[in-house]
Amino acid sequence: MVLQSFKNCLWLSCVLRTPKACFWSTAGGGLIIQSVSNDVYQNLAVEDWIHDHMDLEKQQILFLWRNSPAVVIGRHQNPWQECNLRLLRQKNIKLARRRSGGGTVYHDLGNVNLTFFTTRKKYERMGNLKLVVKALKALRPQLDVHVTDRYDILLNKQYKISGTAAKLGRTSAYHHCTLLCNADKFVLSSVLKSPYKGLKSNATPSVPASVKNLFEEDASLTSEIILDAIAKEYAVQHQIDHHITLINPADETLLPGISNKTKELQTWEWVYGKTPKFSVSTCLNMAYKDSVLDVKVNMDVKHGRIEACNIDLPEQWLPPGLYNELVKSLIGSKFCPNEITMLVTTLLKVCPQDDELHSRWSLLCENMIRLM
Amino acid sequence: VCIHRVRSCSTIRVIKSKYVCVFDKSALNFSHQQRLFRTSPVSCGQIVQFKLSDIGEGITEVTVKEWYIKEGDSVSQFDSICEVQSDKASVTITSRYDGVIRKLHYSIDDIAFVGKPLVDIEIDPSKGVSPEEDVVETPPMSHEEHTHQEIKGHKTLATPAVRRLAMENNIKLSEVVGTGKDNRILKEDILNYLAKQTGAILPPSPKAEIVPPPRKTEAVPAAPKDRARRVPVPVSRPIAFSGKDRTEPVTGFQKAMVKTMSAALKIPHFGYSDEIDLTQLVQLREELKPVAEIRGVKLSFMPFFIKAASLGLLQYPILNASLDENCQNVTYKASHNIGVAMDTEQGLIVPNVKNVQVCSVFDIAVELNRLQSLGSAGQLGTSDLTGGTFTLSNIGTIGGTYAKPVILPPEVAIGALGKIQVLPRFNGRGEVFKAQIMNVSWSADHRVIDGATMARFSNLWKSYLENPASMLLDLK
Repeated sequence: MVLQSFKNCLWLSCVLRTPKACFWSTAGGGLIIQSVSNDVYQNLAVEDWIHDHMDLEKQQILFLWRNSPAVVIGRHQNPWQECNLRLLRQKNIKLARRRSGGGTVYHDLGNVNLTFFTTRKKYERMGNLKLVVKALKALRPQLDVHVTDRYDILLNKQYKISGTAAKLGRTSAYHHCTLLCNADKFVLSSVLKSPYKGLKSNATPSVPASVKNLFEEDASLTSEIILDAIAKEYAVQHQIDHHITLINPADETLLPGISNKTKELQTWEWVYGKTPKFSVSTCLNMAYKDSVLDVKVNMDVKHGRIEACNIDLPEQWLPPGLYNELVKSLIGSKFCPNEITMLVTTLLKVCPQDDELHSRWSLLCENMIRLM
Repeated sequence: VCIHRVRSCSTIRVIKSKYVCVFDKSALNFSHQQRLFRTSPVSCGQIVQFKLSDIGEGITEVTVKEWYIKEGDSVSQFDSICEVQSDKASVTITSRYDGVIRKLHYSIDDIAFVGKPLVDIEIDPSKGVSPEEDVVETPPMSHEEHTHQEIKGHKTLATPAVRRLAMENNIKLSEVVGTGKDNRILKEDILNYLAKQTGAILPPSPKAEIVPPPRKTEAVPAAPKDRARRVPVPVSRPIAFSGKDRTEPVTGFQKAMVKTMSAALKIPHFGYSDEIDLTQLVQLREELKPVAEIRGVKLSFMPFFIKAASLGLLQYPILNASLDENCQNVTYKASHNIGVAMDTEQGLIVPNVKNVQVCSVFDIAVELNRLQSLGSAGQLGTSDLTGGTFTLSNIGTIGGTYAKPVILPPEVAIGALGKIQVLPRFNGRGEVFKAQIMNVSWSADHRVIDGATMARFSNLWKSYLENPASMLLDLK
């Protein structure tokens, strides 16, 4: 396996500037690249960049990448429904929304990601997955792995080791999939369990599955070995040299415009704001003094912002002026604990200085914030 | 109303047939058309039903997940129209035509069928459909700028052809001002940018005259001397500034800030400023920094400032008080919950260190570390952000010397600390020495605090900091 620095390749400049002519006259027409970065946003940006800028007519591309701990949701999913956002924030696990469809996955360095770039016409997921299975079997013939008709790869006919998603544009398309080599299953199952109740939405739901690492089946398997095997198989099938070109997603001269793409993927508007409209309908159980209050809350959230809000408080529990002020401020705000915390604490400054009032306000607000 | 288009259509006969055609085809859309006729310039273009093209893999139906355009929007070829999803694949459907969207056949979450119409597009009759060419936008029809919500996260800023042009000329798209719809970058924008870069356009100067290219008849009688002197002057084209104003609603936290600050300005503020010589404190901190580091804590100057303030408040408790709404009662707060203003991505937040009166400088440093890391992660809780009684704002970390801070209700005083500068000062023997000087600017509520009180508090605070050993005497 030969790793070659990207800057030494002339192919990039030729592919961009003269999309019709290709300098690279290999018969096979394929290229294998691997990211040097473990940042999920940077790597997703590379996918976007290749999808938008590269001409895949003459050559297809296989992109290999791994991320430090992150949860990646599909284009049309609801992060509140899919994962434990509180836990993510506590553990400093990143949340990203990719541009392809499909369900939610957990990434860490024990998970490898493969992206198959082709023209729109040559888009074909089954073939790609069969290539992966072939590579694994060539590596360890005793492995019981096969592709299902849902485009999953199962180990021992039971455990999901790979999930798939795809993005189709006007002229190009990509199919990417995960592959569990040695990921932390404990963290995986805890972050992918949503604690939020009462959510109703038409967002694409994930289909939970039992998972297993390839490492558990055969302890001699590592992410590196598996990546290499897949690259080898790809090279054979595309009749190209088995060498992997390293690519740095932070290199703006190599990938002009990549930093903007990376930034966009990190914005709140993209990660949370692209959530399809949903409603929250739940009951807060607030322990106040000697009793427990049941407070019904209904909220509509669109583009990640609260569009409508109704809190069913006992009469006069909060002065009506203050309640109205709260609801008025919530509308238009992001459905985000930090934003709402700052909002309610700031509002409190202009409230009458009454300890009883303050403690009620804090109790209500803290419970509301827990919904986010 | 159709006379508008007379100029762009070649013959009246053509117009007439197009006019008729529009009515015939869109019998169903008649009322729709009527509405549009009233509010938009009339086009007598042909309505084309843009069908959902083949997705591949034998897929026949997809779910519509997001529309990037709405009825009445103009689109160019290759613009994104909508996002559909089928079995884990997300597909961006782009327009094949230039024109105006006249009808969306599906709503969000509807099932759309391959081969069936997705949208109706009215093709601009003055343009042909040429797949290779870069297209010029027809002027947008929507009156208001509803752009902020709809275009957030919108991928398309420029057509692929425009992107290629930019890349070939090493232009960053982010540096080009887009004049198309939704600030989209057009081919002209790239060309304008290029022209500016190469200096082809002269900036208008007071003496320059716009010299029209000499007509043939004028040039002939000119003497040879004139011809030699006549250097071709590029025609100065006025540089069109095409930036657009952007209006956003004030929501959420910003709304709350508006309310708080409006209340704050009702407080009659007075200011008092002074200069503090921190030379000794700087030295002390240098000695203590490694000790704190061993304990795993970053030690800045703030813990000292905060503790000194608390010691001062013990002598002048009116500065740690609160005036009620009707100005009837003053409440002297027992706890010194000293707020520290922090600048975050979301804006200004003021978490406070609770009960400084019973904390050591080290305790304060620990708490500050905790608040700072939570603050930058956006994870401060409500208890951290409420209950403050007095505030210090270290604006000097960003810059500045003197400030005029605004009191945060329901408090009655606030101090803004400028940056520490190394300045020459005279010592007791009349010699010049290097001093570490910081300015402090206090603001206080003149309804309950008078200038003398503020001055005395400030002097006490200053004395503790200029001579840190004296803090030891009064430390509680």
